[in-house]
Amino acid sequence: MKSLSRYRKHRYASPLLLVFALFMIGTTFSVASASTKESVNFARSAAIDEGKQIFLKGCSSCHGLNAEGGKIAPSLIGVGAASVDFQVGTGRMPMADMTVQAMRKKPAYTAEEVAALAVYVASLAPGPAIPGDEILTYERDGNTAQGGELFRTNCAMCHNFAGQGGALSQGKFAPTLMGVEPKEIYEALITGPQSMPVFSDKIITPAEKLSIIKWIKAAEVEPSLGGAALGRVGPVTEGLLIWTLGLGLLIGIAVWLATKAR
Amino acid sequence: MTSRQKTAASVANYVDERTGAAAWMKKNLTKVFPDHWSFMLGEVALYSFIILLLSGTFLSLWFDPSQREVLYQGDYQPLSGIKMSAAYASTLHISFDIRGGLLMRQIHHWAALLFMAAIVAHLLRVFFTGAFRKPREFNWIIGVGLLTLGIVEGFLGYSLPDDLLSGTGIRIAEAIIQALPVVGSYLSFFAFGGAFPGEAFIPRIFTVHVLLLPGIFLALITVHLMLVWYQKHTQYPGPGRTEKNVVGYPLMPIYMAKAGGFFFIVFGITAFLSAVASINPIWLYGPYTPGQISAGSQPDWYMGWLDGLVRMAPPIETHAFGHTISWNILIPGLIVPGILFTGMALYPFIESWLTGDKREHHLLDRPRNAPNRTALGAMSLTFILVTLLNGGNDIVATHFSLTINQIMWFSRFGILILPPIAFVITKRLCLSLQRADRDVVLHGVESGTLLRLPTGEFVEVHTPLTAEQSWTLTQHEQRPALELPEEDNHGVARGKVLRNKLRSRMSRAAVEEVTKPNSDDMKEIEGH
Ligand code: HEC
Ligand code: HEM
Repeated sequence: MKSLSRYRKHRYASPLLLVFALFMIGTTFSVASASTKESVNFARSAAIDEGKQIFLKGCSSCHGLNAEGGKIAPSLIGVGAASVDFQVGTGRMPMADMTVQAMRKKPAYTAEEVAALAVYVASLAPGPAIPGDEILTYERDGNTAQGGELFRTNCAMCHNFAGQGGALSQGKFAPTLMGVEPKEIYEALITGPQSMPVFSDKIITPAEKLSIIKWIKAAEVEPSLGGAALGRVGPVTEGLLIWTLGLGLLIGIAVWLATKAR
Repeated sequence: MTSRQKTAASVANYVDERTGAAAWMKKNLTKVFPDHWSFMLGEVALYSFIILLLSGTFLSLWFDPSQREVLYQGDYQPLSGIKMSAAYASTLHISFDIRGGLLMRQIHHWAALLFMAAIVAHLLRVFFTGAFRKPREFNWIIGVGLLTLGIVEGFLGYSLPDDLLSGTGIRIAEAIIQALPVVGSYLSFFAFGGAFPGEAFIPRIFTVHVLLLPGIFLALITVHLMLVWYQKHTQYPGPGRTEKNVVGYPLMPIYMAKAGGFFFIVFGITAFLSAVASINPIWLYGPYTPGQISAGSQPDWYMGWLDGLVRMAPPIETHAFGHTISWNILIPGLIVPGILFTGMALYPFIESWLTGDKREHHLLDRPRNAPNRTALGAMSLTFILVTLLNGGNDIVATHFSLTINQIMWFSRFGILILPPIAFVITKRLCLSLQRADRDVVLHGVESGTLLRLPTGEFVEVHTPLTAEQSWTLTQHEQRPALELPEEDNHGVARGKVLRNKLRSRMSRAAVEEVTKPNSDDMKEIEGH
């Protein structure tokens, strides 16, 4: 029983329960004659329906009534459940203002609604699925040093050497990676949100993705070894500090010395 | 005399009879130095240079200047088993395994930033007060040389650990060398001993960084200080101070005690900074590998202006005679810096040519009394600030929610528009300050005390300045502009007329001023 209750608070518990409930209703409805397979289909289509309802209300104004895309937003056909889970789960979608880039914010939908949206979009055409816990075994299977190497080769040019984020052209930016969930990192890698490219399993294998996640998680908690980290953005803050605190203090003392010893 | 004093006296006598040291010491140890906080900026540069020598020697005991590839086996987990150069690995070793190593590295780097900041602040002091005028032009030129060498020395030091940022910096330096028409690719091949990055560069720059340049520095600093010594230090104007004397403290013991104490203060502040603030955390940057680059890669601040210039250059290239000329690197990377530094080195001569002033000066100018020079300084500073802003454009963009493109376009126009605006504003400001001086001398300082006259009228009592204060505000000389023939009467060659025209225009601009009050003004005011 203990092992079951552990899953009660899990983020997929509610959508799964929902599916289960629909499934039960489905089975009672079709009584003995209906085959189990059909019932599952029915339950799934009910979830898809729910997702579609949410989609029509919250997303279709931009993405079109059938997610086929429009003038202002791309088609979602084939982007997969992972993309929806990432975009809506991190609050980027629905986009608040149509400025340069969708921003991370407080999610507008509950976990169940996100799951329904994901199921709906995934039903339109196959695409990357949401990575489950059975995939995100980075603690066990990742290699920090190798992850760092991969990070510097593939990610640092936009996200900075320590994952602090950086500016791109035209006001776009690569956000900081500190505090981002492992699942979201994985989804970002396989779906390539916003200006980010897709890192398919051919370019970076699933094992390597786990290493990258492990390195990022390690960087997040790495203590600043040399004293105040100054934002981990390199020499700009160092230069500011020497002109303000460093030279400032010395000039202050020089003024004091020159008046004092009269 | 006790016997001990007797021994001391006879030793002193022995040395003196053979070297004549007593007279020399008497003359030099009692030499007088004037006192002002701004005269200590050069000292800060000097002391941070000494700190650099000491901490650098410590680091060189463990640093391995080699690009040989090694596998990292040290304690820093996030890099274990990674391929890197021996230079990078040994820097990690110093940081994590040598007792006090990380602190020493941070002291060395903070001292380098402080050294450059102090040099620039010192240069500004010398410039704005006119300390570079005759007879100190050579010392100014030596100073410009020290500044240039400091930039190079700092850049080489930044490149030594072979981390991702230093490799990125070297790559840009290589691009600048290659942008030289015709000889560029040969020069680069020569410097790197083959194709970039090669295995020769770090050993080479190590020798330059720890041996060649410090040697030149020591020699130049010695000459610099000997000239200060020999020509005597300048002083700010004030009662009792003339072009012919120096008012201050004797070298021994007062000045030496103060200077010695100040060394420890500079050292203390550098050590404090190094203990509390991280600098150049190379383990986060990772080893350099061509093909890797980080967002927000920046040089140290004293190179930031160069980086900013390169970043704002529009992409222009021409192809001629089978060569590609990359103007977008050549102009910001070599031509503009060349003009800036040559202009700076020649400035003392340019100014004396404009003003026609060939006399010696040992009294400093108050910046407001040389409006043209002060405005020129403000203009140059504005120029550099715009380039620095653009050099950090990616960091500025992310931290102030701007876009890189906005900052770039702002800088492209700003670099042309803002410096002249700064010139005009500063010049106006100087002239109003002169006017304010004049008012204070003539009418005294507002005392805040109100007086009610018998007529019922309120007036504020003005306290007149003391004679000393008035002297300080009026001692400067105001010279007329150069009188140069501008007409082409026969016999004067045409080229010379044009030159004279330019020269007298600029000369007239240079002497624009608010007439200072003279004794007649004072007498007249007495009547009120
Ligand atoms: C205000 C308009 C707007 C609304 C409302 C909106 N989106 Fe988007 N969406 C966009 C735009 C524009 C993009 C593409 C730009 C970008 O990626 O930043 C996008 C991109 C996406 C993507 C990424 C597509 C890909 O290529 O991977 C997903 C997934 C997505 N939206 C899902 C949703 C969902 C689900 C909703 C409803 C909850 C929604 N969006 C609501 C404008 C909108
Ligand atoms: C390594 C860098 C430098 C060191 C260690 C150094 C050191 C000093 C010191 C200790 C003094 C006397 C105190 C003072 O007036 O501040 C001095 C004076 C002077 N320096 Fe420098 N300096 C350096 C760079 C420069 C630069 C970059 C310039 C200008 C381009 C410059 C120009 C001068 C001049 C003209 C004087 C004479 C000032 C006077 O007599 O009023 N120096 N320097």
